[in-house]
Amino acid sequence: MADNKLVSKIPDGPLAEKWTKRKSEIRIVSPNNKRKLEVIVVGTGLGGASAAASLGEMGYNVKIFCISDSPRRAHSIAAQGGINAAKNYQNDNDSVYRLFYDTIKGGDYRSREANVYRLAEVSAAIIDQCVAQGVPFAREYGGYLANRSFGGVQVSRTFYARGQTGQQLLLGAYASLNKEIAAGTVKSYPRHEMLDLVIINGQAKGIIARNLVTGEIERFGAHAVVLATGGYGNAYFLSTNAMNSNGSAAWQCYKKGAFFANPCFAQIHPTCIPVHGEQQCKLTLMSESLRNDGRIWVPKKMEDVLKLRKHEIKPSQIPEEDRDYYLERRYPAFGNLVPRDVASRAAKERCDAGFGVNETGLAVFLDFADAIKRLGHQRVEERYGNLFQMYEKITSSSPWEEPMMIYPAIHYTMGGLWVDYDLQTTIPGLYAIGECNFSDHGGNRLGASALMQGLADGYFILPYTIGDYLSHKFAEPKTDVSAPEFDEAEKAVRERIEKLFAVKGTETVDSIHKKLGRIMWDYVGMARTEEGLKKGIEEIGKLREEFWKTVRVPGTNEEFNQELEKALRLVDFFDIGELMARDALNRKESCGGHFREEMQTEEGETLRDDKNFMYVAAWEYKGDGKEPELHKEPLQYENIKIATRNYKD
Amino acid sequence: MEYNVKVWRQKNAKSKGHFETYHVTDVEEDASFLEMLDILNDQLIREGKDPIAFDHDCREGICGACSLYIDGRAHGPDDQVTTCQLFMRHFKPGATITVEPWRSGAFPVIKDLVVDRQAFDKILQAGGFITVRAGQAQDGNAILIPHDTAEDSMDAAACVGCGACVATCKNGSAMLFVAARVSSLALLPQGKPEAARRAKAMVAKMDELGFGNCTNTRACEMECPKHVTVDHIARLNREFLKAKFSE
Repeated sequence: MADNKLVSKIPDGPLAEKWTKRKSEIRIVSPNNKRKLEVIVVGTGLGGASAAASLGEMGYNVKIFCISDSPRRAHSIAAQGGINAAKNYQNDNDSVYRLFYDTIKGGDYRSREANVYRLAEVSAAIIDQCVAQGVPFAREYGGYLANRSFGGVQVSRTFYARGQTGQQLLLGAYASLNKEIAAGTVKSYPRHEMLDLVIINGQAKGIIARNLVTGEIERFGAHAVVLATGGYGNAYFLSTNAMNSNGSAAWQCYKKGAFFANPCFAQIHPTCIPVHGEQQCKLTLMSESLRNDGRIWVPKKMEDVLKLRKHEIKPSQIPEEDRDYYLERRYPAFGNLVPRDVASRAAKERCDAGFGVNETGLAVFLDFADAIKRLGHQRVEERYGNLFQMYEKITSSSPWEEPMMIYPAIHYTMGGLWVDYDLQTTIPGLYAIGECNFSDHGGNRLGASALMQGLADGYFILPYTIGDYLSHKFAEPKTDVSAPEFDEAEKAVRERIEKLFAVKGTETVDSIHKKLGRIMWDYVGMARTEEGLKKGIEEIGKLREEFWKTVRVPGTNEEFNQELEKALRLVDFFDIGELMARDALNRKESCGGHFREEMQTEEGETLRDDKNFMYVAAWEYKGDGKEPELHKEPLQYENIKIATRNYKD
Repeated sequence: MEYNVKVWRQKNAKSKGHFETYHVTDVEEDASFLEMLDILNDQLIREGKDPIAFDHDCREGICGACSLYIDGRAHGPDDQVTTCQLFMRHFKPGATITVEPWRSGAFPVIKDLVVDRQAFDKILQAGGFITVRAGQAQDGNAILIPHDTAEDSMDAAACVGCGACVATCKNGSAMLFVAARVSSLALLPQGKPEAARRAKAMVAKMDELGFGNCTNTRACEMECPKHVTVDHIARLNREFLKAKFSE
């Protein structure tokens, strides 16, 4: 039964007409009233920057916040491979329906039909918008836009700008943002971190932010708040996320009443540079686009593996017949382009069986020898040149000569704040867009779809849907930041900060975060069990206690203090990690990136339990130290036949 | 491995800075330069000292946050890398490594190695965009762009906005940064209608914010982690002159 606290507001009617229908119902705000309305946008990645720019263009007054020194540095910038859109420029019979279908299937039937269809529907306009902004997408010799393929699909619908697509799309959105800053509709607050949400009369009305340069705790009011703060993958410490990416803004909203959905759905990306040592703090992704032409393998013979580990032979010396191209062997229809969760588990399976190719035993090969032979040096250079250079700088080994070594790593979180069809959370006036919400990717996100979702939400969805809420607000005066609710929120923030300084222990924040990362990877990682998850929750609890006894946060609040920033984020990562484990424990099925060892097929594939778990798990905060309450939003598939994911034939 | 790190310490924008030398031990051979600083900071915090502040984020050479002047070179002694992609294998064990912030009047120090680069944002706000609203665009394939033109535009668009060009220029000029944006957009048909206005406005803003003039030393090109070349400065100059003539 539907939970009465979760009203998804999915419009009635045929799938293809739902968004049109909703748009026609949405109330709009007249230009003279838009001028009276203020919106806060937190985060300047693809979602935040595009939303703020669009809202500014429409005439709203926008305040935008980011933790970096410039909006341009948000982590969307690091996305490499591309952005999907149902343009069918390749004449390969692509369509809105096919993009919708691939996304639902790729997500292992755990995302909302209506949201995903809308995403596919607006995808084409994103490409047009970005071209108009001057994004230098790759072009064919005739001047037309070029495409490539990504995992989990059989068409070429991915648009790209070398291996820097995220950078170019973000610079496009950032340019639009700059245009609006210049026009005075958007005011930018760089080096500001949101530390709390302020709710007045049950509605989101502002935020408390710390000025990261001076340490001042500042108050900002608005008629609505949009969260675009990305994912929480750094709970694992080692991930492909940027060092400062964190889940705290979303988490503070959760603690203020926004439900957190499917927290256990984390994506493990198969092609990252393997961990090199204990002192490492960041993993580097090698774009999924490399799987277009690269072939993944390990040796068939254990003797070759042992020789490789001792550096007695080079991988290129192993003859063709002694190589196990295990993805091509197991999944002939999709080969090296299976979805990320499938490719990651397959790599783990080979490494667990002892065939890992480096000293740690945790690496497989990604080989370009065939591609170089087939396409020639120049074309490979054009497609992947910067990725090859990046790989060589890090490992001092050239992919032109020997295959890359790769291993899975945490990359993205599909879970996030629960939102309805309008992208509004369970707190009226609080919206969540991009990676920070849960809505579009189910149990596994397809490659090149994160950029698509961020920009779809920011350019074309949120600016419309938020109008429905704001249309009731224009008569309300500007939010008074001297209201008692702001006093209270600011006081709570100051107490949180003081509590950290008061510990005066001996351990550094990072050293404790590393321990949390190990717990998360071991018990809430690629393979999860009931026993392990219970143990994980216990271990996180113990580590949290250790943190509050031993952490040392140097300096004061009233200065530029990066240790304080990290400590505040880590406090929330303990809680986020725990909720992830709790959600994983509840979900006694395997689907997408969530793999419960108890639930697998004879061939080691995920085994869903549609009868009992075809729902969104939305968690409600009930107080510190108290168990959160689970709410279920049943998922209904009216337009797609539910099946077992099959990438074999 | 062990190193001596001679690093610039400055409490805040108002205080005077100075060098301090620290000895850092147990650095793994494969560690990156920033991981070495992480290890040093861990050491400093355990000794009850204030850790060294430095900007960093993606640690894969794309966000442009890291900004260190190492042994007299922007982003240190390797070519076409940002500091986060610099590895300790480029330094002799036991060496003394000097680390400074970007030095430029337009980039005031916030703390230690962290500088304020908002001047770059302001230059882009002056005109580094195409005036198009969401919803206005025509089909992407309706604008044909030859393959090589798109590639040239992309070469310029690869700029990460780190500021190495300014830090390494004896005049503290931001010409390469401005040129990268102007050139990337001027090459594309979509960017042409505003090309002249854009060049003029961005150059004027650059001057206003206290960046120096370009005297063609090409130091910026040498140190640019993304290999943006001075050819783009030539294109900026052309756009700028066109704008002046059309006045």
